[in-house]
Amino acid sequence: MSKTEEVFSFGDAAARNAALEEEIHGDTMVLNVGPSHPATHGVLRLRLELDGETIVKCDPVIGYLHRGEEKVAENFTYNQFIPYTDRLDYIGPIHNNVTYALAVERLAGIDVPERCQAIRVICCELARLLSHFIGLGCYGMDAGALTVFMYMFTDREKIYSLMEELCGARFTTNYTRIGGLQRDIPDGWLDHVLKVCDDVEKTNELCDKLLTRNRIFYDRCVGVAPLSKEDAISYGVSGPNARASGIAMDLRKDKPYLGYENYEFNVPVGTNGDSYDRWLVRVEEVRQSVRIIRQAVTKMPGGLWYNDKATKIFRPRKDKVLSSMEELIQNFMITTEGPELPVGEAFFEAENPKGRQAFFVVSKGGGVPWRLRIHGPSFSIISALPKILPGCLVQDVPVVLGSIDFVMGDCDR
Amino acid sequence: MATKILERKPLTLAERTYLPQIAAGLWVTFRKMFGRRVTLEYPEQKPPIPRGYRGVPTLVKDPNGREKCVSCQLCEFVCPPKAIRITPGEIPADSATAHVEKAPKDFELNMLRCIYCGLCEEACPERAIVLQNVYSLNAATREEVVLHKDKLYELGGTLPDKIMKWDKKKAAADKAAGGHH
Ligand code: SF4
Ligand code: SF4
Repeated sequence: MSKTEEVFSFGDAAARNAALEEEIHGDTMVLNVGPSHPATHGVLRLRLELDGETIVKCDPVIGYLHRGEEKVAENFTYNQFIPYTDRLDYIGPIHNNVTYALAVERLAGIDVPERCQAIRVICCELARLLSHFIGLGCYGMDAGALTVFMYMFTDREKIYSLMEELCGARFTTNYTRIGGLQRDIPDGWLDHVLKVCDDVEKTNELCDKLLTRNRIFYDRCVGVAPLSKEDAISYGVSGPNARASGIAMDLRKDKPYLGYENYEFNVPVGTNGDSYDRWLVRVEEVRQSVRIIRQAVTKMPGGLWYNDKATKIFRPRKDKVLSSMEELIQNFMITTEGPELPVGEAFFEAENPKGRQAFFVVSKGGGVPWRLRIHGPSFSIISALPKILPGCLVQDVPVVLGSIDFVMGDCDR
Repeated sequence: MATKILERKPLTLAERTYLPQIAAGLWVTFRKMFGRRVTLEYPEQKPPIPRGYRGVPTLVKDPNGREKCVSCQLCEFVCPPKAIRITPGEIPADSATAHVEKAPKDFELNMLRCIYCGLCEEACPERAIVLQNVYSLNAATREEVVLHKDKLYELGGTLPDKIMKWDKKKAAADKAAGGHH
């Protein structure tokens, strides 16, 4: 039988029976974890092959949350697609908005004013807090510490309230627009941000104290599922997981965008790449994010929150639309035709809370992308699971899944 | 690049006994027990809703009671999940607002589809559709949450309008017509 025939012989009942027979009488047992299992953080299915309690082989099955976002994008104007980017990495939705807007702005060749950039930086870092808090909280929960999860969720709700004040929705933020933002920050919002930052910092320290040196937690994570530097690179792993493996890589430093070069922060790097390092990296990143937010709040520049030169891209202001014919027509054009973008391609990557998120926009002119490619960091780390899980015990699976902190909306898109 | 290598110290002997952790953990629990409550008794206690909240999209009237929507169908066009369906209608010539010419005959908003994105409000050139504070829209059947014009106006009510564009237009037109006599 040729190789192709072998692959396609799955419909062959005899072959299937033989495989089943092998499974029943073989030395290993197959265990399905997921797709709907609380420990898999979404609809990930793992097909594990076990020898006793040890995992011999792991086969992640993805695609249960595939919604065809890339195809959806081809049927919408650039601004209409922004609500859909909320649903990519839905743990820190506002960061996807920002990354997407930056990608399209790169294609359009426009910049945004400093105020807009600073607001976006705060949004990105708040998204990082949102993401890391659920990552750390669920990690604790998966290791058996439910309390930490509750404390972190309490503070996440506070951040969500900030989002609600900022853009009108807690979760589906839809905040950025090509060339600017949906609206300016409301009065007093920055003070609320600072207050929440204090709370977040306190909770982070508290949970750090509760778990980092806790013997049960320590014993469950140290040395579990290490990902070596070389493997991390060859699987394209990025973000906190790569940093835990000792790769000093952070797009905010390597390819600064939004003026990140003007902020002071450190990039935490782990040494062993095991589950414990992944915890340490995220705890430290929360501290650094709070630091960045404080800097951004202190030097929040005045001015506009959108690019007023990009009249064919950013929607004119409402009062103008109501009172002037020219702006009214522009409003019609931007709504029906979409923002006017040149022919060309643009690639943009940003440091999402979970790693490198990238958009590749191909435009044939007009207001609708011809093709939009989305790269999600969770996909890379899930593809590394077959490498890191074998050798672990079954009860390590929740810990490892919690430690790599992925989200299926980002992986499946 | 400013990197920070995370050091990992092995647990000390005291930490290995697990006793300090228990004491510290219990202390945290004890403190939290007398801390401020963070939850709400929801239906009785309502969360505060900030300004500019994106709740259910509603249709609004201007202070004179004129329905502001001129059924330009921009919101229908822009709505990503296609939740809006508008049947345009004419304003009868003998009406006081005949110069506005058009108003929706029916305005169907399918709240089963709406994702509360607010793009309709942004696109509307008349500020006629506004996302307001209603966040809990419940019904026993699917038909009940497909909102129609009457319900949308009931939810929306009247909003102040600083510009009153159509009144201005009418005044200008009247003046021009008066000038010709
Ligand atoms: S609500 Fe606004 S956008 Fe929609 S049809 Fe009416 S006037 Fe046009
Ligand atoms: S809020 Fe969004 S989804 Fe809902 S009707 Fe308006 S445009 Fe459509």
